[in-house]
Amino acid sequence: MTAELEAGFAATIEADLRVEPRDWMPEAYRKTLIRQIAQHAHSEIIGMQPEGNWITRAPSLRRKAILMAKVQDEAGHGLYLYSAAETLGVSREELLDLLHAGKQRYSSIFNYPTPTWADMGAIGWLVDGAAIVNQVPLTRCSYGPYARAMTRICKEESFHQRQGFEILLHLSAGTPDQHAMAQDAVDRWWWPSLMMFGPPDDESPNSAQSMAWKIKRHSNDDLRQKFVDMSVPQAAILGLTLPDPDLQWNESRDHYDFGVIDWTEFNEVLRGNGPCNRARIEHRRTAHAEGEWVREAAAAYADKQRSRAQGSAA
Amino acid sequence: MSAGSSVASPTEPTPLWEVFVRSKRGLSHNHVGSLHAPDADMALRNARDVYTRRQEGVSIWVVPAADIVASSPDEKDSFFDPAADKVYRHPTFYDIPAEVQHL
Repeated sequence: MTAELEAGFAATIEADLRVEPRDWMPEAYRKTLIRQIAQHAHSEIIGMQPEGNWITRAPSLRRKAILMAKVQDEAGHGLYLYSAAETLGVSREELLDLLHAGKQRYSSIFNYPTPTWADMGAIGWLVDGAAIVNQVPLTRCSYGPYARAMTRICKEESFHQRQGFEILLHLSAGTPDQHAMAQDAVDRWWWPSLMMFGPPDDESPNSAQSMAWKIKRHSNDDLRQKFVDMSVPQAAILGLTLPDPDLQWNESRDHYDFGVIDWTEFNEVLRGNGPCNRARIEHRRTAHAEGEWVREAAAAYADKQRSRAQGSAA
Repeated sequence: MSAGSSVASPTEPTPLWEVFVRSKRGLSHNHVGSLHAPDADMALRNARDVYTRRQEGVSIWVVPAADIVASSPDEKDSFFDPAADKVYRHPTFYDIPAEVQHL
C-alpha cells in the first residue's frame, strides 16, 4: 500500500505536476515544506521591523506612503505563506509559538540594523532583489499552494525593489553627504544579501533532497551568481560601488567572479549572535502579547453578534 | 435521485451549494456555478455529474451558498476606494533609467 502511494507521489514529481493538499505525500516532504514555508512566513513578518523603524521618519509624505504600502505588503505576504503552511496540517498558532520560542527560524538578513534612511533603499534594491531571485523559481515549486502563494508574492515584490533602487538613485545623485550615506548602506548590505542564498552547495545538507523533490529548482550558488551578475551593472548605473575588490567580469565563465563570503559571520548571526536577533524576537513576542486583547475583543464581538442574530431569529 | 429518500423536508427548499473546480494540478479551485442538493455528499456527487462530465476537473469543492459572505455591490465604490489612489503600489510608478536591466 505504502509502496503504491510512494510510487504515485514519485510519478507526480517526475511528471513535473503539482502536489496538492489532499494528495498522499511522504512525511519528510511534508516536514520539509512546513519548515521552509514557515521560515519564509516568519521572515516576511519579522522583515516588517527593520523598515517599520523608518515609517515615522521617512523624508517626505511620498516616501512615507510608499514605505507603509511596502511594510503592509510584507504583512500580506506573511499571511499568504502561513495559509499555505496550514494546508499541510499545522495551525497558525503553532507556527507563531515556534517562532516565539526560537524553534523556527527566519531569514538572518533581518538581524541587521537600519541606522540610516539609505538602508530603506539598500533593503529594497539588494535584499528584495535577492529575495526575488530566490522566489521566482519557487513559483514552480512542486507543492501547489506554496507555488501559488509565491506567484502572488513575486508580482507584488517588483515595486519593492524598484522603490529601493529609486531611493538610492536619488541619494547617490544628491549632496556629497547623501551620496556617502547611500554608499555606506550598500557597503553594509551587500555581503549579507549574498548570504541570503544560503550556504555554498557543498555545505548545504538539505539541498539535494529539496531539488529531487522539486521544491528547489536551482542551487544556492547558481542563484547567488545570478544575483551578482544582475547587480553589478545596476550598481554602475546608481553610481555606487560594491564592497568587493575581487569583483570582476570573467569572460571564460561568462559571469562575474566575486570574493570569498565570510561564513563565520553568517553562522554567528544564525546562532543568534547577530546585531539585532534578540531585539527582533523580543519585539515580535511583545507585539503578540500586546495584541491579545484585540483577539479577545474580536472574539467577544463575534459572539455577541451571533447571539443577537439568534435572538432576533427566535 | 428519488424524492422519497431526500434528507431535506419536502416543504423546505433543497439547500444551494456553490461549486469550485480545480481544472488541473497546480491551479487553484475556481468557481464554476451552483446546484441544489440535500447534503454535502450529494452535492459533491451532483457537482461531479453537472460540472465535470467532460473531465473539466481533478478536484471539487462544494460550499453551502448560505455560508458564503459576499461584499455588497451597492458599496462597491466605497469598499474598494482605499486602493484607488495608491498608485505607488505598482512598479510602473517608479522612474528608473531605461538602461537598467532585470529590475
